[in-house]
Amino acid sequence: MIAPHLPALIVVVPLVAGLVALFLGRGHLPWLLTLLVTWAVFALSATLLGRVLVAGAPPVEYAMGSWPAPWGIVYRVDAVNAFVLTIVSGIAAVCAVFARLSVAAEIPAERWRFFYSAWLLCLTGLLGITITGDAFNLYVLLEIASLSTYTLVALGVQKDRRALTAAFRYLILGTVGATFLLLGIGHLYMKTGTLNMVDLADRLAGLQSDRVVLTAFALIVTGLGLKVALFPLHMWLPNAYTYAPSVVTAFLAATATKVGAYMTFRFLFTVFGLRVTFDFLSADVFLIGFSCLAILVASVLAIRQNNIKRLLAYSSVAQIGYIMLGLGLHNHASVTGAVVHVFNHAVMKGGLFLALGAVVYRLGGATIGELRGLGRRMPLTAAAIVVGGMGLVGVPATAGFISKWYLVAGCLHGDAWPLAVVILVGSILALLYVWRVVEALYFAVPENPSLPVREAPLALLVPTWVLIGASLYFGLHATFTVATAKAAAVALGVGE
Amino acid sequence: MTAAITPALALAVPGLGALLVGLTGRWPKLRETVTLVTALATFAVVASLAPGVLQGERPAVDLVEEVPGIRLALVVEPLGMIYALIASFLWIFNSIYSFGYLRANREHKQTRYYTCFAVAIASALGIAFSANLFTLFLFYEALTFSTFPLVAHKETPEAIRAGRIYLGILVFTSTCLMLLAIIWTYAVTGTVDFREGGILEGKVTPAVAAVLLVLFVLGTGKAAVMPLHFWLPAAMVAPTPVSALLHAVAVVKAGVFIVLKIAVFTVGVDFISRERLGDALCWLAGGTVIVASLVALTKDNLKARLAYSTVSQLSYIVLAAVMGSRLGIVGGSLHIAMHAFGKITLFFCAGAIYTAHHLTEVSDMRGIGRVMPVTTACFLVGALSVIGLPPLGGAWSKWFLGLAALEADRIALLGVFLVSSLLNVAYLLPIAIRGFIDEPTHAVLRGGVQEAPLACVLPIVVTAAGCLVLFVYPELVFQFSNQILR
Repeated sequence: MIAPHLPALIVVVPLVAGLVALFLGRGHLPWLLTLLVTWAVFALSATLLGRVLVAGAPPVEYAMGSWPAPWGIVYRVDAVNAFVLTIVSGIAAVCAVFARLSVAAEIPAERWRFFYSAWLLCLTGLLGITITGDAFNLYVLLEIASLSTYTLVALGVQKDRRALTAAFRYLILGTVGATFLLLGIGHLYMKTGTLNMVDLADRLAGLQSDRVVLTAFALIVTGLGLKVALFPLHMWLPNAYTYAPSVVTAFLAATATKVGAYMTFRFLFTVFGLRVTFDFLSADVFLIGFSCLAILVASVLAIRQNNIKRLLAYSSVAQIGYIMLGLGLHNHASVTGAVVHVFNHAVMKGGLFLALGAVVYRLGGATIGELRGLGRRMPLTAAAIVVGGMGLVGVPATAGFISKWYLVAGCLHGDAWPLAVVILVGSILALLYVWRVVEALYFAVPENPSLPVREAPLALLVPTWVLIGASLYFGLHATFTVATAKAAAVALGVGE
Repeated sequence: MTAAITPALALAVPGLGALLVGLTGRWPKLRETVTLVTALATFAVVASLAPGVLQGERPAVDLVEEVPGIRLALVVEPLGMIYALIASFLWIFNSIYSFGYLRANREHKQTRYYTCFAVAIASALGIAFSANLFTLFLFYEALTFSTFPLVAHKETPEAIRAGRIYLGILVFTSTCLMLLAIIWTYAVTGTVDFREGGILEGKVTPAVAAVLLVLFVLGTGKAAVMPLHFWLPAAMVAPTPVSALLHAVAVVKAGVFIVLKIAVFTVGVDFISRERLGDALCWLAGGTVIVASLVALTKDNLKARLAYSTVSQLSYIVLAAVMGSRLGIVGGSLHIAMHAFGKITLFFCAGAIYTAHHLTEVSDMRGIGRVMPVTTACFLVGALSVIGLPPLGGAWSKWFLGLAALEADRIALLGVFLVSSLLNVAYLLPIAIRGFIDEPTHAVLRGGVQEAPLACVLPIVVTAAGCLVLFVYPELVFQFSNQILR
C-alpha cells in the first residue's frame, strides 16, 4: 500500500515532522523525531534508487493528488535525482546522529525545537527540489529550503554574533538568486504555457532563437549560479559556513550546494537540452571559464585562512568549480566525474565539517591555533581530518581520486588538456591548504598544553567516521558510485 | 592457491608490523624486536617468491575492483622482484643500524619512526608488485606521504621546511605530470595494465608517445632527473638511516624502477628504440649525470655530496630506460641492485662517523681512517663499487650500461658514463684515501680507535661485503635482469 506512494512520502514525512517538532517541548524529543524521520527518509530514498537503477527501468513517475501531467505536479525520478536524494537524506541521517551533543553545546535549550523544525523543513525543501518534475514547484521548495537555511545559519548566534550578519547576507543574495530563477521560470511559462519539465523540454526544442527563451535562460543560469555559489557569485558562502552551528555547516556543505548543482544539471541538460545549452548558446564557454577561476582563485584564498571552517568553505567553492567544470564539458566521462563528485564531495566535506564540529565541541573553536598538537590529544578526530583532507587533495584510495580521474579523463576526451592541468594544479593547491592543517595537527606543540583536552565522545566520533570511512570505502571500491553516476550521465542525455 | 596470495602477504607483513610497532611503542626493546622480526619475515616472504619467478611463474592477485575496468592488483615479475628483494633485504640491516643510530643520538618519537618506516617498505613493495599504472600510482603516493614524517623527523623549522620541499616536489610532479600521463594513457588505450611489449604502440603517434614518456619520466619525481631533483638534497636533513635506506634505496629506486617499468611495460622498449622516443630525455638525463657529479664535487657536507652522487647515478638508470636498448634494461636493473649496496654502505658510513664523532663535513674527516678503520675501509669499498671498479658489483652494471649505449648507437652516452665515472673517483675516493693517509686535523679525531656502536658497524660490514659478493655472483641479480624482456 505504501510502495506506490513512496516518492510522495519522501517529501511529506519530513514536512509534517517539521511542524510536529515545534510542539514536542524543550527536551530531546524533537531530536529523536528528527533522527527517526531522517533515517526513514534515507531508507525510502535508497529503495527508490534501487528501483530506478534496475537496468532498463523507466523513470518513476508520481502524480501528486492524482492530477495527471502536465496539469498537476508530477514527481519524476530517474538515476540523477534518485542518487542526489540518497546523498541528501543519507548525509542528513548521519548528521542527525551528530546533532544531539553538538546542538546542545552550541544552541540554548529553549531553541532546540526551532532548530530541529527548521532542519526538517530544510530537508523537506532540498528533497522536494530534487524529486519534483515541475519547475514552479521547484521554486516553491527552493524557498522553503532557503528560508529554513537562513534560520539555521542565524541559530549560530550564541557562539558568534556574526552569524546574524552572515545569515542576513545569505538571505539577501539567496533571495536575489531565487528571484532570478522565478523570473526565468515565469518567462518560460509565458512562452510555452507549461511548467512540467518534460513538457517544457518538448516545447522549447524548436525555440532556441526566441528572445524570451534566451532571457529566461540568462535569468535561470544567473539564479542557479548564486544558489550553487559558482565563483564569482559565491560571496555569501564563506561567512554562512563559518558562523553557522557546526552540524549545520556539515549538512549544508554536503547537501545544499549539491542540490544546486543538481538543479543546474536539470535545467541545462533536461529542460533546455544539450543542443540549446551547448551547441546553440555555447554556455560551456562561461561555465568552464568561471569553473576554472573557482578552482584556482578559491583554492588560493583557502590557503590563507586561519579559521578552518572558513578554509573548508573556500575549498567548497573550489570543489563546486570541479562539478561545474565537468558539467560544462558535457561529455560522458566529465559528467560522470561531476555526478560522482557530487557524492564524493558530499561525503568528504560532510565528514570534515563533522570532525571540526567535534573539535569545536571540545575546544570551543576551530582555528589553526586550536588545532596545534591535536594529533596526540584527539587522535581519532585528527586522523579523520587528515583522511578527509587527503580526499580533497584527491590522493589515490580516497573518493576524491575517483572524481579527479573521471574529470581529467573528461577533459582529455574533450581535447582540452589545459583544463586537465587546471584540475591537477587545483589538487596541488588543495594539498597546500590541507597540509597546513596536517602540520598543525602533528608537527606543532599545543598553544595551551596545560588545558585538558580529551578525545571527542563516541556520539560525535561515530558519525564523523561513518562519512570519512565512506570516503575511503568509495575511494577503493567505487564500482557502485561510478556505475550510478554513469547511469545518471546517460539519463542526462550524455551516453558513452 | 598459496602462491597466489604471497604478493599480497609481502605487503601485509610490513603493514601488520607497522601496526604492532605502534602498539608496542611503550617498550623500546619489544618495539625493536618487532621491527627486526617484521623485516626478516618480509624478506622471507619476498624471497619465497623468487624461485617461482625464475621458472616463469607470475603470481598475481586481484585485491579489489576500483572502478569498472581498473583493478587494484599485484603481479610479480623479474624487474619488480629485483627491487623488492633489494628493498626488503636491506631493510633488515637498516633496522639494526637504526637501533644503534637512534639510541646513540637519542632521537625522539622513535615509535613514529619505526611505524612510518614499515609503512614505507610496504608501499615500496606495493610499487614493486603493482600490476597496473593505477596500483603503482597509489603506492607511489603512499610512499611519499609515509616518508614525510621521516624526513621531517627532527621537527625543527629547518626539517619541516625540507619536508615541505620534499612533499611539494614529489606530489606536484606525480599529480601534474605522472597522473596526467596515466589518465591520458587510459583515455587512448582504454587500459592501464602493464603488458609485455607495452600498450601504446599503434594507439598513439610517436610524437604523442614521446610526450607521454617525458611526462612519465619527469612525473616520477623520485627518479630525481634535473631540474626536479632538489627534493633529494633537501631530504638529507633526515636521520641518516632514513637517508640510507629511503634516499639511496627504497624511495629513489622506486623512481627509477618505475621509469624502467613504464619503458618496458607501458611504452615498450622496441617502440622507444624504433622511433627514438627518448631523444629529449637522453639529453636531460645525460646532463643530470654530469651536472650532478660536478655539484657533488663542490659539496663539503658528506651527506649532501652523497645525495648529489645519487642524483647522478639515478640518471644512469633513467638513461638505460629511455635510450631504447634491450641491454639497457638489463644494465639498468642491475644498477638498481649494485648502486643500492654501494650507496647504502656510504650513507651508513656517514651516519657512523656522525654518531661516533659528530662530524658532517668532508674537510673535517682527514685521518678518519686511523680512528674508524673498519668504517673507512667499508667506505672505500662502497666508493669503488659506485665508481664501478672491479672487484665490486658496480663494475657489472657499468659494463652493461656501456654495452647498451653502443647497442643503442649512442656513443655520446658512453662518453657520459666514462666522464661521470672519473668524476665519481674525484669526489668519493679522496675521502677514504685522505682518511687513511692524512694526519687528523680535527680535534675529536686525535684519540685512539673509536668506532660507532656495534649495531651500526655490523650493517656496514654486511653491505660492503655485499658489494664484493655481487661482483663474484652477479647472477644473483642477473638471472632476473635477463628475464625482464622475453
